[in-house]
Amino acid sequence: MFPSLRAASYVLVHAPDMVIHNGSTQVVERTVNPESEYLKALPNHLRTFEEVVAYAPNQVYIGNMKPEELREIKEPWFDKPVASASADGPMGRIFEERLLIGLIKACDAFDLVLLEESFTEEVQPDIEALNLPEKYKKLKSGVEIERIQSEIEDRHAEPLVTGGKVVGCVKRAHDIDPNLDSHVILENLVVKATGVLSGLELLKKYDIDPLSIPYVIECSEEAAGDMNQRGGGNFAKSIAEIIGADNATGSDTRGFCAAPMHAIVKACALVKAGVYENVLVLAGGATAKLGMNGKDHLKKDLPILEDVLGGFALLITENDGVHPIFRTDLIGRHTVGTGSSPQAVMTSLITGPLDKAGLKITDIDVYSVEMQNPDVTKPAGAGDVANANYKMIAALAVMRKEIERAQINDFVRTHGLPGWAPTQGHIPSGVPYVGHALQSFLNGDIEKAMIVGKGSLFLARMTNLFDGVSIIMEKNPGVAEEAGVSKDDIRKMLSEALRDFAASLGE
Amino acid sequence: MSLYDGKKVILIGDRDGIPAPAMEECLKNTTAEVVFATTECFV
Repeated sequence: MFPSLRAASYVLVHAPDMVIHNGSTQVVERTVNPESEYLKALPNHLRTFEEVVAYAPNQVYIGNMKPEELREIKEPWFDKPVASASADGPMGRIFEERLLIGLIKACDAFDLVLLEESFTEEVQPDIEALNLPEKYKKLKSGVEIERIQSEIEDRHAEPLVTGGKVVGCVKRAHDIDPNLDSHVILENLVVKATGVLSGLELLKKYDIDPLSIPYVIECSEEAAGDMNQRGGGNFAKSIAEIIGADNATGSDTRGFCAAPMHAIVKACALVKAGVYENVLVLAGGATAKLGMNGKDHLKKDLPILEDVLGGFALLITENDGVHPIFRTDLIGRHTVGTGSSPQAVMTSLITGPLDKAGLKITDIDVYSVEMQNPDVTKPAGAGDVANANYKMIAALAVMRKEIERAQINDFVRTHGLPGWAPTQGHIPSGVPYVGHALQSFLNGDIEKAMIVGKGSLFLARMTNLFDGVSIIMEKNPGVAEEAGVSKDDIRKMLSEALRDFAASLGE
Repeated sequence: MSLYDGKKVILIGDRDGIPAPAMEECLKNTTAEVVFATTECFV
């Protein structure tokens, strides 16, 4: 039996001050050109929380709108707010930066985070309103702002800023080790906190008992460790701890943007093999990617659109006969020997698993590829990434004579979707559609979907290769996993039958 | 004679477009010298 997708949650955190202070484009600019016009103009191009909530792609991300509805809004989307927008959606929620900073403190196990006294009092009710275990709801007392300023100015602490004000800081965890400096600790605490938010939303929206989760796989793109083991880990268990998954252990899976797909495949394998009844796959967001294309956006007088941190959580369970299944026998892989031509890549990821199943490219109702929001990528010169991926799949279908060349645009429209996910690396790679797919399968709108993730391994300078993994999801055929019959059960049934038979002889 | 024969070439590929190794492969039948090749991830 194939494993099921039981639940999927998605969160965004509006982080405008983190764009300025922690996004890598801005950090680099401050280092090489601190008086730049870009840095001066940046604060005037940041969006408000209300604008971020009303942004159509963000409404799609948390499930208030279907991806297809974006087609009804003429691009660009940033200047066309959604009138009925809400920060709360069926699949998740959009949070404010101040709550994230409060939660960073709640997630801080080593007293590395200092928050200012009045800010602590202000944010305390927001933290209490989260579905955290009671022991994490009460923030430790705040400190005076002078202490925070001193840590920042004299001891290399990273400031925590929101509303344009310093409200706290993250201290370095070691005097010399660069893996534990305040910049890295802040990035890692943000991954942890946004992963926690994703997990909490999944528990809340789908009424899942955290104690029922035996294993967590975290699949973001940061590394937690020290100078002796830079990527030692482990975000997964640290997140499980905060969301109250006391019966869980876990591990981190890495693979750049392809990591979520690797994590899904591993989770499915663990469930199918009977190692765990269910596995929670989740990831937090990347502060470094905030405002990544900001210079191009400002050149075109656009707002900074990369102003949200993303997160997601998926619960993969034993087949329940209802929820959509992952076809673990139909997995596509970009292997070492695949090569890098677009045709070779798409053949390995798309037609490889289809050929194994005897399916045509057109037999898949929806493909989920790199679902980056074109509002962000087009002004930066990267084009419409989702659309480019769909055209490559369509071109493959033409080569296989499954569609005519003139049908390419029709194929993209009927089997593809417009992109809506923030450019947070692993966040847009295949997984944003999984939650929408869950609903579409349950509604009977689709029968088959293929989720595809790709990762740029060459960025780590260990190989020139990139990577990709795909998996086919299907509507559940409706047969639930049945508990196996043990030898003891058979022995008991036999002895009962023999006893009944003996009794009948004596009558 | 190819357009690229005898030229020194810098290749900048796109992971979601044409990666640099694929472009290098295309230039193998010319006398072009690839002096720098990289694939970038723009997302």
